[in-house]
Amino acid sequence: MCVGIPAMIVSINNDKAFSAIVDVEGVRREANIALLADPADPLREGDWVLLHVGFAMSKLDEAEAKSTLEFIRALGSVYDEEVDALRGQDSA
Amino acid sequence: MSQFNDFRDPRAASKVLKRITELADGQPHRKFMEICGGHTHSIYRHGLEELLPQNVELVHGPGCPVCVIPMGRIDDAIHIANQPNVTFCCFGDMLRVPGGKSNLLEARARGADIRVVYSPMDVLTIAEREPERDVVFLAVGFETTTPSTAVTVLEAKRRKLSNYFVMSNHIRIIPAIKAILDSKDLDLDGFIGPGHVGTVIGNHPYAFVASDYEKPLVTAGFEPLDILESVMRLLAQKADGRCEVENQYTRAVRDAGNPVAIDVIDKVFTVRPHFEWRGLGSIEHSALMFRDEFAEFDAERRYAVPGVQIADPKACQCGEVLRGAIRPWECKVFGTACTPETPIGTCMVSSEGACAAYYNYGRFNKSPRIPVTAV
Amino acid sequence: MGHDAVDRERLHARIEEWRRRPMRLHDEVITSAHGAGGKASQALLNSVVFPAFEMTGAAMDGAVLQVTAKHDLVMTTDSFVVTPRQFPGGSIASLAVNGTVNDLAVMGATPRWLSVAFVLEEGLPIDEFRDTVAEIALAATEAGVRVVTGDTKVVGRGAADGLYVTTTGIGIRQDGIKLGPGEVQPGDVVLVSGNIGDHGIAVIQARGELDLVSDVRSDCAALHTLVGDLLASGAEVRWMRDPTRGGVASSMNELAMDAELGVRLREENLPVSRTVNGVCELLGLDPLYVANEGKLLAVVSPETADKALTALKHHELGRNSAVIGVVTSENSGIVVLETLFGGTRVVDMLVGDPLPRIC
Repeated sequence: MCVGIPAMIVSINNDKAFSAIVDVEGVRREANIALLADPADPLREGDWVLLHVGFAMSKLDEAEAKSTLEFIRALGSVYDEEVDALRGQDSA
Repeated sequence: MSQFNDFRDPRAASKVLKRITELADGQPHRKFMEICGGHTHSIYRHGLEELLPQNVELVHGPGCPVCVIPMGRIDDAIHIANQPNVTFCCFGDMLRVPGGKSNLLEARARGADIRVVYSPMDVLTIAEREPERDVVFLAVGFETTTPSTAVTVLEAKRRKLSNYFVMSNHIRIIPAIKAILDSKDLDLDGFIGPGHVGTVIGNHPYAFVASDYEKPLVTAGFEPLDILESVMRLLAQKADGRCEVENQYTRAVRDAGNPVAIDVIDKVFTVRPHFEWRGLGSIEHSALMFRDEFAEFDAERRYAVPGVQIADPKACQCGEVLRGAIRPWECKVFGTACTPETPIGTCMVSSEGACAAYYNYGRFNKSPRIPVTAV
Repeated sequence: MGHDAVDRERLHARIEEWRRRPMRLHDEVITSAHGAGGKASQALLNSVVFPAFEMTGAAMDGAVLQVTAKHDLVMTTDSFVVTPRQFPGGSIASLAVNGTVNDLAVMGATPRWLSVAFVLEEGLPIDEFRDTVAEIALAATEAGVRVVTGDTKVVGRGAADGLYVTTTGIGIRQDGIKLGPGEVQPGDVVLVSGNIGDHGIAVIQARGELDLVSDVRSDCAALHTLVGDLLASGAEVRWMRDPTRGGVASSMNELAMDAELGVRLREENLPVSRTVNGVCELLGLDPLYVANEGKLLAVVSPETADKALTALKHHELGRNSAVIGVVTSENSGIVVLETLFGGTRVVDMLVGDPLPRIC
């Protein structure tokens, strides 16, 4: 069952254990955050989580997301640079 | 936030495709299996397969927990749903999975109180709201979903619910991968690894694939860029002569996984000695059942289910499709006797099943693949 | 002796008078008596239905419609059974009018007359029935149609989910309007008048079972003036449809099959609101298969596509109009979608209900 989507924590429910409201593109739903209960690093508003069947499974690491995207976007340019470098060598 | 949606950026995709083409150039025909049904769905939904070079083939594996449920278990579920006073809850995908003679959708039409839920927690809500009903949840899924069921059961225990039960069909990914790797007709060069299972079990349980079976595995996210990047990494490994387990889905998967989730699974469930998988036969230690401390919630203990093993129909080649031995359209009944409207095997029912995904998304394109002209 | 006879005559006359008096409606809920055709039925009709539609009792049998020569009559009928009966942006009442008005409009007809038949469940509060009727009357006025005849039946508790409505509409179409799958040609352009999936998502949300909160509203609206603008623009319109149940995907499949041609849609051109997208992601639904109740699909000639798009965008219901695809000669009978990545996939006919996908 692999439908897991990024959702942002909008508010942590203080009255109900392990409950938060999350937002997916403007749609809100209650989510169970028991699986991410870590007293050393509790979930906060604004955190992004992976939501699956109403449960937060993993805290999404924005820095990792950014670095993955940067890596992918840089793909072409690294190649292009190499090609340019090769061309430069040939003509030298 | 658009940052996570950027994993669908077509411009970035074309860069990855360009790199894939370069890497694939000169390599022999490569077959990579994506194990997870969610990956199959994403591949077809975005039409990724036809963008790959001719010599890179994606093979669809058994990671659809709906697909692998044997007909006998569906009959067991229908049996429970038909018991007096039962409110039977399941995910939407389960309704049309064929049992021996019928399915849950038909059982509902004939009067069983069967309700579709989005989350296991919804079932608790129903149980509390309708204390006079016996509310049974059909729990399905790999390790991605198992912790959610476990948390719900623990909560049910805390709330002292006496009208809440679960029929567990939770299965484990590692025995499934091992079963594929052990199969004699295996012809694969690497794996696109289950990303969401990985968020729970972590990346290191996959290490044996490279170390014991010498196949590379890249744990992948589910967006098009994730899948393409993972194919690229597999090709790079092949080009370099490496054989490793990599994590492409670093934003969600940590090497150690989610310890809380792993613990909660272990607290509530224990491993069945063996379990029947549709098309794959019996696999040892591949499924979970309730520990004795939670016997009060076990639907199988409460309702004497027939437990009949029904052989797959002769015509059905789901097993071969699930093992990657044949492609969906190579099954003799694909598209003729077996269609989404009249599914013979569950590969055709769940939208993640290789056959359904192919039928719904890729049907007309099945012959010569258009060579990639990545811009 | 004579005195007695006169008294009795007067008494009989008075009784006749009382008998002729219309029964007053005192009930709070619909009962089987209201469906029996007798006084209770009359009371219900007199009190609730006739005043709303400015009808008299004679209208319940039939209405005479005056048309002139040089016009075709177009007729359509539809039943409405939606639950819940109220949802953000609409209700069973507005659907009942607009759904039928739109079916006439996409056939190129000017909607004129409506019949309304109710099946009411015993126990339905009469106030709700009254409100529903008032809403229908309002929607009809806004759509420029008159409700001219109708019927009411009452069924026992447990049937009818409260209230079912069937509306039949008749419109007038000028001679010479040529619309239909036979007119469609390869190269023709497919347009949609705005964001898809709003209605279906609004109803799912209103059902409350899936516990979602969003601001999605049904797009329920009468399309006849939008269609009018399109036809008046000079664009060469070949085929029109309002994509209700089964969504854009189903209508496009019908087009492809009926015209025996292919349809190629472009994913990046499909107008979908952010929140509809969000709900679809959450539930594993595809917006292409979700119902709409205020959207127009039109197939026009490629030369006049710009004209058509401009006309649609000018109208308040068509602001988000877009070109979403083309008709092709290859892949006859099949609808194909070009994905954001340049890949392609088949958009097949829906099988059964679009079940929210977890996997």
